[in-house]
Amino acid sequence: MKLIDVVQFAAASLGGSRARTLLMILAMSIGVASVLILTALGEGARLYVVNQFSSLGTNLVLVFPGRTETAGFGPGMLLGQIPRELSLDDAEALLKSRAVKRIAPLTLGSSQISRDALNREVIVLGSTSDLLEVRHMSLALGQFLPAGQTGESVCVLGAKIRRELFGNESAVGAWVRLGDRRFRVIGVMAGQGESMGFNTDEIVIVPVAAAHMLFNTTGLFRILIEAKSRDAIEQAKKDAETILFARHNNERDVTVVTQDAVLATFDRILRALTLAVGGIAAISLSVAGILIMNVMLIAVSQRVQEIGLLKALGAPAAQIRKLFFTEAILLSSVGSAVGLIIGEAGVLVIAKIYPSLPVATPWWAVLAAIGISLVTGVSFSVWPARRAARLDPVTALASR
Amino acid sequence: MIRLDKVSRSFTVGDQQVTALRDIDLNIAAGDYVSIMGPSGSGKSTLLNLIGLLDRPSSGIYKLDGGNVTDLDDAQQAKVRSEKIGFVFQSFHLVPRLTAAMNIELPLILAGIPVTERKVRVEALLENYGLTDRADHRPDQLSGGQRQRVAIARATSMHPAVLLADEPTGNLDQATGREVISLLEQLTEQHVTLILVTHDPALGGRAKRQLHMVDGQIVSQTAS
Repeated sequence: MKLIDVVQFAAASLGGSRARTLLMILAMSIGVASVLILTALGEGARLYVVNQFSSLGTNLVLVFPGRTETAGFGPGMLLGQIPRELSLDDAEALLKSRAVKRIAPLTLGSSQISRDALNREVIVLGSTSDLLEVRHMSLALGQFLPAGQTGESVCVLGAKIRRELFGNESAVGAWVRLGDRRFRVIGVMAGQGESMGFNTDEIVIVPVAAAHMLFNTTGLFRILIEAKSRDAIEQAKKDAETILFARHNNERDVTVVTQDAVLATFDRILRALTLAVGGIAAISLSVAGILIMNVMLIAVSQRVQEIGLLKALGAPAAQIRKLFFTEAILLSSVGSAVGLIIGEAGVLVIAKIYPSLPVATPWWAVLAAIGISLVTGVSFSVWPARRAARLDPVTALASR
Repeated sequence: MIRLDKVSRSFTVGDQQVTALRDIDLNIAAGDYVSIMGPSGSGKSTLLNLIGLLDRPSSGIYKLDGGNVTDLDDAQQAKVRSEKIGFVFQSFHLVPRLTAAMNIELPLILAGIPVTERKVRVEALLENYGLTDRADHRPDQLSGGQRQRVAIARATSMHPAVLLADEPTGNLDQATGREVISLLEQLTEQHVTLILVTHDPALGGRAKRQLHMVDGQIVSQTAS
């Protein structure tokens, strides 16, 4: 029997019971589509986080004051104290490392900002001119902080702050009051929106020395280090640890993490999530496989006479098996094709509803979904096909 | 052509051993027209199934066309059935979802004959059996006589040497039955060996050679 005839015969017998065939294709395609949509959502979430991280800057190393103990219980935790704060000089010292390209010290506080009668609470970020580069921010108007560690009373406004305080008036060159000091506005940030829970549209950036005076502190909230290249990240991290170790009287009281390490953790967690969700969807695929088995068994018992006839007309057992297998393969491949279309359509709809989520079905999910549906379709038809092939022709022909 | 040597066939029903055929010795020459008659349960259908290789003897030897076919495996048996044997059943056994033409084509498809040759042969068979205008009808749109003609066309599509017919007129009225029998008899003139199982003495009497069976044994043979 020629392959094309096998396929035609199998297709004809599927066409013979249309409702049953359609239901099976539906079950298979829902399984495939759910694998595609759920993994696309998981991948979308992962890509979203990855993008958010890279929008923070590239080749970043972060220095935090204090050391996170992962094991044991330090007395400092009880008091909530930090042994030694990070100073501006610590930040400057990091530039000695050859792996470091630039640094940006960060200090953080909140204050009242006011202009004439308008005022609101605002987060004040103290930093240096390099922040713009390190943190991949962009300026809409005017200029960024002046170079060097000046205590000049100048500030750069976030886009939303400018809108609220100045409306349609020109902000650059005007004066605003932050706490008890007056600052001249020298620039306005471009609207960037939220990134990693930190809205750059609602902050005011001032020189780090000015922030220290404003909040009467000397410590730094964080130091951002940009390594020279991707390969230099580890070296920059090591150098930062050694330099700060020496400067802090040989005490390891700072935490240095690479952005990559943080990113990799998120990446792992979200990928595991995607796999878990995809796995759950794959279960629905194997349920579809069991459905196929069930329906194939019914088909065998309904077509006992026909099987007997095929045997009498000269079809060996192997051929009967092949016919039923082909039916299962046809069902699962049509099912996965329909599922692919439904799944991709679903992904498109999600992309329309949540444009910020970069949903896309990963190629491995497509392969896995089609693979699983074919394998379940075929493996669950082994038993029905064998049962059909083993029928005794005499009793099969005599049955009603 | 067909040679049975001390062939027996017994079944186990429950805990009982039921013997359907008892030491049958039978020779049928090529082109013979043989009828097998007897009451129901006499083993005539079992004998027909054995000759058609749908069943295996419990003991004894069966030679078909000079070759021993007693112990062939499933695939070899299927090949012999495909090439040498045609079946005509009482209840026609047409595939309900296939048209008349496709039912006739079925053995040719199973044998792997190329599509162009298949079309030619099916056309000729439809013509021979007066079914050309019924080619695209499904079995439920055909009369009983037409159905059996389709079944005969199907049985002869592979040009078998042996045609086995089990009560071919059992589901037909007298006139249609006679028509079907004369079609089968025409085939014997083309040197096809026809074996006909029936319990109707009038029908069986038309055969050149008549076997009477009782309790799994051939009790008498008459030739006319």
